[in-house]
Amino acid sequence: MTILYVLIAAILLIGVAFAFRSVGKAATGNAPFFRDMPTGVAYGYVLAATLIVLSIWYFFKPLDIDGVPQAGVLFFRWAVIGFAIFAAAAFVFRLIFRHVGTEGSKKLFRSMPLTAAFGIMIIIIYAIFAVFAGFIAPYGQEEVLGAANVVPGGNPALGGNPDYPLGTDQIGRDILSRLIFGAQNTVGIAFVTTCLAFFIGGSLGFLAATLGGWLDQLLSRTVDALMAIPALIFALLLITIATAWAGSSSWLVTIYMIFIIAIIDSTRVFRLSRAVGLNIVVMDYIEAAKLRGEGLGYLVFREMLPNAYAPLLAEFGLRFCFVFLTIASLSFLGVGIQPPLADWGTMVRDLSPFINYAQFAPYAAATPLLAAGAIALLTVAVNFVVDWMLHKSSGLKE
Amino acid sequence: MSGLLRIIVQRLLLGLVTLFVVSIIIFVAVNALPGDFAREILGQGATEESVAAIQKQLGLDRDPLTRYLDWLSGAIRFDFGIPLSQAMFAGNFGSTAIVDVKTVVQQIEPRLYNTLFLAGLSAAIAIPLAVTLGVLTALYRNSAFDKIMNVSTLSAISSPEFFLAYILILFLAVLNPIFPSLSNINPDLSWGELVERSMLPALTLTLAVTAQMMRMTRAAIINLLASPYIEMARLKGLSPMRVIIKHALPNALAPIITVIALNLAFLITGVVVVETVFVYPGIGQLFVDSVKIRDIPVVQACCLLFAAVYILLNLTADILSIVSNPRLRHPK
Repeated sequence: MTILYVLIAAILLIGVAFAFRSVGKAATGNAPFFRDMPTGVAYGYVLAATLIVLSIWYFFKPLDIDGVPQAGVLFFRWAVIGFAIFAAAAFVFRLIFRHVGTEGSKKLFRSMPLTAAFGIMIIIIYAIFAVFAGFIAPYGQEEVLGAANVVPGGNPALGGNPDYPLGTDQIGRDILSRLIFGAQNTVGIAFVTTCLAFFIGGSLGFLAATLGGWLDQLLSRTVDALMAIPALIFALLLITIATAWAGSSSWLVTIYMIFIIAIIDSTRVFRLSRAVGLNIVVMDYIEAAKLRGEGLGYLVFREMLPNAYAPLLAEFGLRFCFVFLTIASLSFLGVGIQPPLADWGTMVRDLSPFINYAQFAPYAAATPLLAAGAIALLTVAVNFVVDWMLHKSSGLKE
Repeated sequence: MSGLLRIIVQRLLLGLVTLFVVSIIIFVAVNALPGDFAREILGQGATEESVAAIQKQLGLDRDPLTRYLDWLSGAIRFDFGIPLSQAMFAGNFGSTAIVDVKTVVQQIEPRLYNTLFLAGLSAAIAIPLAVTLGVLTALYRNSAFDKIMNVSTLSAISSPEFFLAYILILFLAVLNPIFPSLSNINPDLSWGELVERSMLPALTLTLAVTAQMMRMTRAAIINLLASPYIEMARLKGLSPMRVIIKHALPNALAPIITVIALNLAFLITGVVVVETVFVYPGIGQLFVDSVKIRDIPVVQACCLLFAAVYILLNLTADILSIVSNPRLRHPK
């Protein structure tokens, strides 16, 4: 039924679009802007204006009608306010670094789009939380506190507790602390895995590019075969086997998972670094270094690596996102980072049933989304930065 | 044309070889399991008879090479044996006669249809949407519309699927009950009900795949805009929309088709998380469930199936990009 109303409204807007254009023409004395406007563009303007008006109306709707909380309005307000705060913070962040720092960094920030500044800011914040989680979090990640299932919001009348602003989980661990420690565990493990994947894939890729011959053939064909299995499926298969090996030790499972994902992802890194390496190997300075009699290590690390720096850095960002999402998905499916370590994917899975109570308990429904949002925020941030870096290095202007 | 045929046959053979290697990888990986597998599955209450029964049923008492050849020849005939869970049942209750036991293929088949239906539904929404948005963003490049679309699709593609899924559940199922949050699918449903119940997973997948296709469409079109024939079309006085649809889009098809095929592969092989969230009875959920109870025959079969689909669609992307580009069709 709702869909029908939306469709009728969308059709009615076509009429409004025609009216908008003719009114514009009449008011401006047939200015080219309105005269040459296609109907589709006029419709776009009218649609955007309608959506903005509707959002403002929805934003200022009362939060509860006759004591019944309007969860939709509440979530919408949170989303809009959160978005506005992040945008403002990114703007201020960029403004500050346009005037503080070295000459090079100032110049960088002057030409930076707001999305990239937002990305860099978020990455810095996550790094701080990951490194200092132990000092920032009010409780330990495995600490079982007095009360279980405390409702978030800190309002005692609704079953909350000001000591635990985001409430506690099923066995009484503070959710806020676990979210903060999640930054350390989830992000830390993803970072280590990506570094490992880069070490394996990058060195083998450069080696294949420099040496060529049968080694290159062997490595390339192996990578081809490994890449023919979808990454998440392959990871799930290998982790099943690894859990059988690891037995009951949850630490061992996590370490196996790091190695499995690093190896699966190193195939992608291998492809890129081999391709980049092949382009570098034919350069004259490599020839010169070879004639000088430099060893393989010197060639790879001193001549090739510095020249492959830009594409590899962008790939590192994308790879990190991919690894991070894979680990989060595996944890969400219950085979990734093992409890009692706090981890966002596991938290989403454990808290997700509360979403069904959003109508009556909006605060409780928000906690699983907070954990999932924490994952999304970091990957979005990294992607923004990578997008900007690729755009900058490709020199695309249009 | 014969040159084209040769390329296609070459690629198909290469795909088959890859699939063969993949089957070896899967088999070796699965058989790297330590210890007595039957005993481990049966747990504490294993009797000698039940262990022996399972070993016999799964053929674990033979050497690896015979087992691999057996499995491979079975796989070619679409016979993957019986699931471990069923074998366990038969073993525990001492009956070696298999009467009412579902084979792996019987278990996979209906779920494969469900997954294909979901993928088809998502593709039916995502591909027209992505191409339209791509054309529009290329047409109005660097406008506010372009930037908003760019940022929102980039955000959608970088979010984990379960985040998108729960956001959709929150707004379209819990707060405004438009679609059901659990996809309770069975073959007796009418077409309309089937679409309605699979709508939320399909929308989640749409959000996950649209961005890449849209950005590729936009980039491929913008790449061509500097070409002389586009300049010519513009100077003829064609409208910008017509220039893009009639002159730029057909020449930009190769990269767009490639990225569409790759995303179709993702729609079939990447559904594991989405199917788990919505409890959609597809092959991804079967795979995760089998992984959890270590039902090896099912895991092996699913893995091989996923790999086959993945290889096939990659191959299609390869071939289509050759077919749509005359320069690749007639290599010098």
